Amino acid sequence: MLWPLTAHDNRCLYGVIDGFFALIHPMMQPPLKARFLPAGDTALVVEFGDTAERALNDRVLALADAITAVGIDGVVEMVPTFRSLMIHYDPSRIGAQALARAVSPLIGKAGASSRHGRLWRLPAVYGGEFGPDLPEVAERTGFSEEAVVQLHTGVDYHVYTLGFLPGYPYMGDGPEELALPRRETPRIRVPMGSVCIAFRQAGVYSLESPGGWHLLGRTPVRLFDPRRENAVLLAPGDKVRFEPIAADAFRQLEARAASGELEVKPAEVSA
Amino acid sequence: MRPVLQVVQPGLSTTIQDLGRIGSQRLGIPVSGALDATALRGANVLVGNPQGTGALEMAVLGPQLLVEADSVRVALAGGAGRLVVESEDGRRREVPALTSVRAVRGDTIKIGAVAGSAVAYLAVEGGFDIAPFLGSVSTYVRGGFGGLDGRALAAGDALPLRLGEVEARGEVQLRNLDLAPAVTVRVVLGPQDDYFTADAIEAFLSSEYVLTRDADRMGLRFEGALLAHSKGYNIVSDGIAPGSIQVPGSGQPIVLLADRQTTGGYPKIATVISIDLPALGRLTPGAKVRFEGVTIDVAQAARREFEAMMAGLPGRLEAVRPDGPDLDRLYDSNLISGVTDASAACPGA
Repeated sequence: MLWPLTAHDNRCLYGVIDGFFALIHPMMQPPLKARFLPAGDTALVVEFGDTAERALNDRVLALADAITAVGIDGVVEMVPTFRSLMIHYDPSRIGAQALARAVSPLIGKAGASSRHGRLWRLPAVYGGEFGPDLPEVAERTGFSEEAVVQLHTGVDYHVYTLGFLPGYPYMGDGPEELALPRRETPRIRVPMGSVCIAFRQAGVYSLESPGGWHLLGRTPVRLFDPRRENAVLLAPGDKVRFEPIAADAFRQLEARAASGELEVKPAEVSA
Repeated sequence: MRPVLQVVQPGLSTTIQDLGRIGSQRLGIPVSGALDATALRGANVLVGNPQGTGALEMAVLGPQLLVEADSVRVALAGGAGRLVVESEDGRRREVPALTSVRAVRGDTIKIGAVAGSAVAYLAVEGGFDIAPFLGSVSTYVRGGFGGLDGRALAAGDALPLRLGEVEARGEVQLRNLDLAPAVTVRVVLGPQDDYFTADAIEAFLSSEYVLTRDADRMGLRFEGALLAHSKGYNIVSDGIAPGSIQVPGSGQPIVLLADRQTTGGYPKIATVISIDLPALGRLTPGAKVRFEGVTIDVAQAARREFEAMMAGLPGRLEAVRPDGPDLDRLYDSNLISGVTDASAACPGA
């Protein structure tokens, strides 16, 4: 029997799904191995792996798109993360087994994400009071401050997932040359708009918050603004490119952002 | 003049909450909403609202509100509290929790200490006239949005009401709505129970945990048997469910509640089942709980039963009997003696 999910061990949930794939592909390894993990009685995790890799993230986003396209009754919302999709559902409308059964065939079908992302050009002022960690990052990586800025602005970042703060983007993959672990002592207050890095990830603090990443600069663009119709600017799958500006330009743009007049539009790009 | 409740005293941490901001977690926006959803729903039923209508959530000390509307109907739910309606002429009516009451212009609605639960709710008939943000009026103070300007109430605030007057009708009460704080908390293991040793799982499910002072709308930090990780305590961040129990390097469990982040990077040993969350939201520091493992099927069957019970709440409203505890007489005797003695006011009960 495929779905003996009334068993008393909830681990059956994903054990059985591994079996499901084995039945579809008796002669080969399942091409898209995924685990179903229970997160209580109102959320189900579909996990593709335990690392932060583009290939995994593409599958996560593709599965989210596929579920949205099919429409599964009882699915309340989905949260794509680096390497897994959390499906929040209403257990009064669909049970864990039925949900897993509805999602399984979509995992098999979902290849790489076919999402057409948007490219956002975010102006950012680097160094000085805006990027207090730029000198230290330069020193520790052996580059000049200018070269660090060039490296950081020379990459189109992929938005893996949003989390930590409303509208905070976890982005990658930054240049290997700038990969540093998080600061040993996190800051209590990081200003809104701070452009930051840790390991090969990049972020932008969408609100003032505590934080332990290295601060390279600041963008006047508000990634989260509850006054705006699209309160959150970025979405998973989007691309972000930072473009250096001078302090004066930053102050002008920031004043416009404060009064809600700074409008930023993305360009459409293929994924 | 638009109808409002004028905030005379804001209380210690009073915010507007409904059943949460569903549908924006993929944008990093927390769900928020009532810590004790059952009490919120009960309060709304008492004033004839849909159960998810936004109401005032209060902690520790409730507010004092001046009625600047022709009339308003309110009900308090949660804890062992009661509210007092003071009229301009000095008349004072005490109304127990889970009982509706109508107040008129010039009355002051006073709610004192929140006792017997961490939170209590005041619902108003018709609800507050507040624009929802992303589909919800729940306040998320850390992000500065939702509710009244994204913050807790302050003295001088005016809470706009949808209704300027409410009909004078018999008041109602709800009995047997269980609003007790949690003692046993049922959990489903996972999603990262494989990050813990077998001993840790055993200890987690068999020993007592005490709620520390680190308890707020975001989560509850417990103290008890240490939970050893079997393969480190850093994972690549993934989604967080309501009631996720994450265990950071300290080895002590943190249960994540309404204002939880949407994603997180600590292993989650288990998840509190949805119908046990409201009782967890009622806990105050020092409370002792035990975690008990159940299957998803058990949790979902219990949830369906619970929702059926909640759907039937309006049918369980009872009239506040004129010949039962005579509230007016109760208030009058109260004015004289300052002591509420229900048995004296209701001989033979």
